[in-house]
Amino acid sequence: MLKYILPLLLFIVLAVFLALGLNLHPNEIPSPLIDKPAPAFSAPKLQAPTEKLSPTDLKGKVWLFNVWASWCTSCRSEHPVLNQLALQKAAIIVGLNYKDDPEAAKGWLAQLGNPYDVSIMDQDGRIGIDWGVYGVPETFVVDKRGVIRYKHTGPVTPEDVQQTFLPLIAKLQAEN
Amino acid sequence: MKRLSIILLLVLSGIACAGVEYREFANPEQQEAYENLTSELRCLVCQNQTIADSNAELAADLRRQVYEMLQQGKSKQDIAQFMTDRYGDFVLYNPPFKLKTGLLWIGPVVFLLIGLIAVFLFARRKKTAATVEMTAEKQQKIRSLLEKGD
Repeated sequence: MLKYILPLLLFIVLAVFLALGLNLHPNEIPSPLIDKPAPAFSAPKLQAPTEKLSPTDLKGKVWLFNVWASWCTSCRSEHPVLNQLALQKAAIIVGLNYKDDPEAAKGWLAQLGNPYDVSIMDQDGRIGIDWGVYGVPETFVVDKRGVIRYKHTGPVTPEDVQQTFLPLIAKLQAEN
Repeated sequence: MKRLSIILLLVLSGIACAGVEYREFANPEQQEAYENLTSELRCLVCQNQTIADSNAELAADLRRQVYEMLQQGKSKQDIAQFMTDRYGDFVLYNPPFKLKTGLLWIGPVVFLLIGLIAVFLFARRKKTAATVEMTAEKQQKIRSLLEKGD
């Protein structure tokens, strides 16, 4: 009897491991920054380089921090989704223009539309390192106290907006 | 053919040199710390390479970060902490032993033990089975011999 059950058990164990392996996303590394204060920066604005923005300017507001670049191909597929989201005015959308040429970045916004309330420049990638950015696009949700509550790696899809972002933003807007 | 391959090698060696970064260190200890750290930190873009090996832009940025922090007199622990604060334990090729990483460290030992136990049980069963067979055979032989003797 054992002779038949043992191979079957082995097969089941193997199948379970392989099935789990298929559903893993090794590219998505959980961020240790969740529930931590947003890393500080003071960075020039893309459209007005003499002005600077820092996370403290956004205290008391719920904001999205979207890392993008004109050289990033998956940002292009994400862009219409952000444009749509911006129309709903659910939260402030701050863009981090990551390791990009400012002229190319402005051209991209002029051509594809600008969903960002403001974009800041991170030409040498230092803000990116502080935020643990390893792949563009990435999107963080920051609450009114300036704490990071959620991180999304990769392009945001309309489903993500409906199922994750909007409910979370509504919840955070209701907090004091 | 030989000439062609030599030309090819020469051309390629130029490309290899172009990728090298030039860094100056205050003392050999600092250089050693830099080399140790960059070969212990994972490049998160190409996950099976260290930041020392990788040509990804993020790896170059992280190498610069390590270099600058060493220049500021930061210790290896400080720098490893700086990286894990931002990227998590995953960034370390030698993750610390914690509850979360326990399976990673103990897993291979557990599997080895399971394997050893299985081999032990299997070997023991085979041995006993073999002896039973032998005695049965022998018994028959003995019986036939005895019968012949009659």
